[in-house]
Amino acid sequence: MVNLTIDGITVSVPEGTTILDAARSADISVPTLCHHPKLTPFGGCRLCIVNIKGVPRPVTSCTTPAEDGMEVTTRSSTLERLRRTLVELLLSDHPNDCMVCEQAGNCTLQELAYFYGIRENRFAGERRVYTKTDNNPFLERDMEKCILCGKCVRVCDEIQGVGAVDFTYRGFSAKICPPFEKDLECEFCGQCVTVCPTGALTGKMWRQKGRQQGIRKVHTVCPYCGCGCNLTLHVRDNEVIRVSSREDTINEGWLCPKGSFGYGFIANSDRLTKPLIREKGKLRETTWEKALEYIASNSLKIKENYGPDAIGGLASARCSNEENYVFQKFMRAVIGTNNVDHCARL
Amino acid sequence: MKNKPIIRICMGTGGIAAGGTEVMKAFKKQLKRKGIKADVKKHCLLHKVGCRGLCAKDVLVDIIVNKVKSTYQFIQPDMVQRIVDEHVINNVPVQDWLVTDDYHQFHNKQIKVVLSDCGTIDPEEISSYRAVGGYDALKQVLETGSPGDTIKTLKESGLRGRGGAGFPTGMKWEFCKNQSSPEKYIICNADEGDPGAFMDRSIIEGNPHAVIEGMVIGAYAIGAHKGYVYIRAEYPLAVERLRKALTHARKLKFLGKNILGKKFNFDIKVKLGAGAFVCGEETALIASIEGYRGMPRAKPPFPVYRGLWGNPTVINNVETLANVSYIIRNGAEWFASFGTEKSKGTKVFALTGKIRNSGLIEVPMGISLREIIYDIGGGIDKDVAFKAVQTGGPSGGCIPASLLNINVDYESLAQVGSIVGSGGMVVLDENDCMVNIAKFFLQFTQAESCGKCIPCRIGTKRLLEILERITAGDGRDEDLELLMNLSYDIKASSLCGLGQTAPNPILSTIKYFREEYEAHIKKKKCPAGVCRDLLDYAVLAEFCTGCGACKRVCPAGAVSGERKQVHRIDPELCVKCGACFEACKFKAIGKG
Ligand SMILES: Cc1cc2nc3c(=O)[nH]c(=O)nc-3n(C[C@H](O)[C@H](O)[C@H](O)COP(=O)(O)O)c2cc1C
Ligand code: SF4
Ligand code: SF4
Ligand code: SF4
Ligand code: FES
Repeated sequence: MVNLTIDGITVSVPEGTTILDAARSADISVPTLCHHPKLTPFGGCRLCIVNIKGVPRPVTSCTTPAEDGMEVTTRSSTLERLRRTLVELLLSDHPNDCMVCEQAGNCTLQELAYFYGIRENRFAGERRVYTKTDNNPFLERDMEKCILCGKCVRVCDEIQGVGAVDFTYRGFSAKICPPFEKDLECEFCGQCVTVCPTGALTGKMWRQKGRQQGIRKVHTVCPYCGCGCNLTLHVRDNEVIRVSSREDTINEGWLCPKGSFGYGFIANSDRLTKPLIREKGKLRETTWEKALEYIASNSLKIKENYGPDAIGGLASARCSNEENYVFQKFMRAVIGTNNVDHCARL
Repeated sequence: MKNKPIIRICMGTGGIAAGGTEVMKAFKKQLKRKGIKADVKKHCLLHKVGCRGLCAKDVLVDIIVNKVKSTYQFIQPDMVQRIVDEHVINNVPVQDWLVTDDYHQFHNKQIKVVLSDCGTIDPEEISSYRAVGGYDALKQVLETGSPGDTIKTLKESGLRGRGGAGFPTGMKWEFCKNQSSPEKYIICNADEGDPGAFMDRSIIEGNPHAVIEGMVIGAYAIGAHKGYVYIRAEYPLAVERLRKALTHARKLKFLGKNILGKKFNFDIKVKLGAGAFVCGEETALIASIEGYRGMPRAKPPFPVYRGLWGNPTVINNVETLANVSYIIRNGAEWFASFGTEKSKGTKVFALTGKIRNSGLIEVPMGISLREIIYDIGGGIDKDVAFKAVQTGGPSGGCIPASLLNINVDYESLAQVGSIVGSGGMVVLDENDCMVNIAKFFLQFTQAESCGKCIPCRIGTKRLLEILERITAGDGRDEDLELLMNLSYDIKASSLCGLGQTAPNPILSTIKYFREEYEAHIKKKKCPAGVCRDLLDYAVLAEFCTGCGACKRVCPAGAVSGERKQVHRIDPELCVKCGACFEACKFKAIGKG
């Protein structure tokens, strides 16, 4: 353990802990834009700067390991002045778009602008203007809003293992994009959308469906596969308009494209909402009681006439382990056959 | 022939550009004609050499007959026959073509350590380097020294990094040596991206083995078995000579497995950089070798603890490493006898700009700026006034004429707001606008910023925009303060040295030339007559002869006037191109 003081408070943390994590463990908040607890420290946004006694220039707390005896200051007029300048610089190159931005209310940059009370901008000047749109089906990439925190680059490389985007160009023209600025052609897992601190990355199907107001958040489990990732459905007027996932669950907030963007089926008119029975080649709506009764009696008939091995069961990978277990048990113990399998993929 | 004549032809990048290759061919032809087989090396030693500093006088040729050396300047192939006939054969130098006094003056106050063999040895022949004691230092270290001794010698010599930051080299090596990792690396930083700098290129082109020997000694001292030279691909000649030298060194067992039979293994790979200034920054350079985009990483951890692929790594500049073998051979005390208390040894500078003798110089640390500019550089043209020296490139600052007596060493330059840096030295005169100079460097740093951190990526852009509007006549009263405030914030909050130093050219020009900024902002005038938007051209009636030259060249039809009558420029139509100013033989066009 190393012992240090942060803003006069004594903090004790395991060796290797960054100053930022040490501060947060003591409920001392330090602003950040490029930091993500699950990604390699980047040190790019510079907002998390702190002073260490005896060190002449501020250091970024997200990259600097805490050391025994350090005396750290996270707030001073100089540090706040520097942070304010950083946010002001970012805003000087940001569309003044919060009114219509999908992420309003859920944007770290907006929050910082609010806390630093930045209205006028001393640095107003050229803004990056990009006209090309990315025609991929899922991700809206508005790179004018990108602050180049590099989180999307890191999450795609380090978590997803894809590396679909990276930094390109230099200086003011630096930009995050897929190779040769082509349209994104990746797994569309949406991890980058999740970590983006601004409105630069959003879901295409989110557009104008609702932001923070009038949203009911429903925690549930993804129906697509047996992994059982946790989902949070953002529901507005009884319509799922966005899906997110909490970080404190089994899937740590990461989803796959189906979990992230495959929620369109919920309100699809083609979706089966009632059981159907085929009678004389035609499907007819019925009740669950009747449907189950129909299955049970017919199964029994087949078993009696042709033996249990005349019946096979195919379960779904969308079911949980428990459901699949129950199903095979049913096939073996009740029907009496080993003819059981499941699609094993989706 | 008892004392065989030696002919050396300058074939650095400068020499080759001036026709060195053709001159070499001409010498071979003429010598053959005379029955002297040059390449047999028996009768006459004809070889190429690297840069000796004064490229403006290329092609430079040395002829040494009976141990007497004469140097020729501006040699072209058609002059070679006469030199061979009269000088090489009959030992009568061709007086007309010998270098003039300024050549000697250029060299008199220089002290050459790193460059001592540049310009005399053949950079493509390892035997040539061996003949002047090359690789003796490595032998000495491997045979009788130890890593600890080597580091001790380096520490005692006081050698500090020549790549910009001036960190004590012995100390850096010691930190790395004390790391108990099985994998360690030594990297030679030959990225040299400062605009106008050519020190490191010249060293590699002129004496690549000195760099290699320094690296092998360093590797032995820290316990590394692999090394890299990170060199920019825009240096094809240096790359070629370096590769050749590596091959030769391997052949003679100065590199590779079991070096000199002492069971020490070390080899060097060449990694070509793609020409990004920021890749000279050590952590960006490491990222680039690892195959990532060249973007700096936060320090700590410093590379000596966690460098290339997470292993302890020493990164040294070309010039730093080229010093090492000379220090080992001649002793720490010898090296420390040059220079000042805290800045030991010599430093190579690229002296350029408004100076008579521009070129590559090596001077003892602590020499005065005046001596460099007036004694070595030969001063500037008589009828213009000296204004300032810009040192340290885009990270440095401007030193005004009033501080001409300042000593050139790490501490003194830092005190006046500039730096030694990697060794750029640009002389400016009264025709240079300091706001424009600051703008030039900011254009460079902004374009070269890697974009990783906010203050550098956006901040330098905003600094540049403010400078642009000042030089365009749209400066605002609050701009000076805004420039200084933003500069301060960028310096304090940027991630790497590029951003941390990018505002220096602005801060130092405001410090010493504030009135020039004020003239631009308040009076909308550029005192040096550089910023086009702030210039007004007018005919000075008392000098105008009515010749009409101005009228003929003006692309905008802004000049009117009858022949032999005083002409007139219509300010509304004038596009301020300056064509009339250049065309008038009577100095009758005034600008300001
Ligand atoms: C933007 C930037 C560019 C740099 N470029 C170079 C370079 O071209 N060559 C070099 O030797 N050092 C360069 N440096 C300094 C290196 O980071 C490093 O300090 C140096 O190579 C260490 O070697 P030394 O101790 O021998 O000086 C640069 C630093 C910065 C911040
Ligand atoms: S959607 Fe997933 S795979 Fe595609 S860029 Fe984002 S993180 Fe990478
Ligand atoms: S798109 Fe978002 S996550 Fe990616 S760099 Fe830009 S702001 Fe950061
Ligand atoms: S200071 Fe500039 S060059 Fe250095 S990391 Fe930041 S953006 Fe990149
Ligand atoms: S959070 Fe530390 S630099 Fe961005």
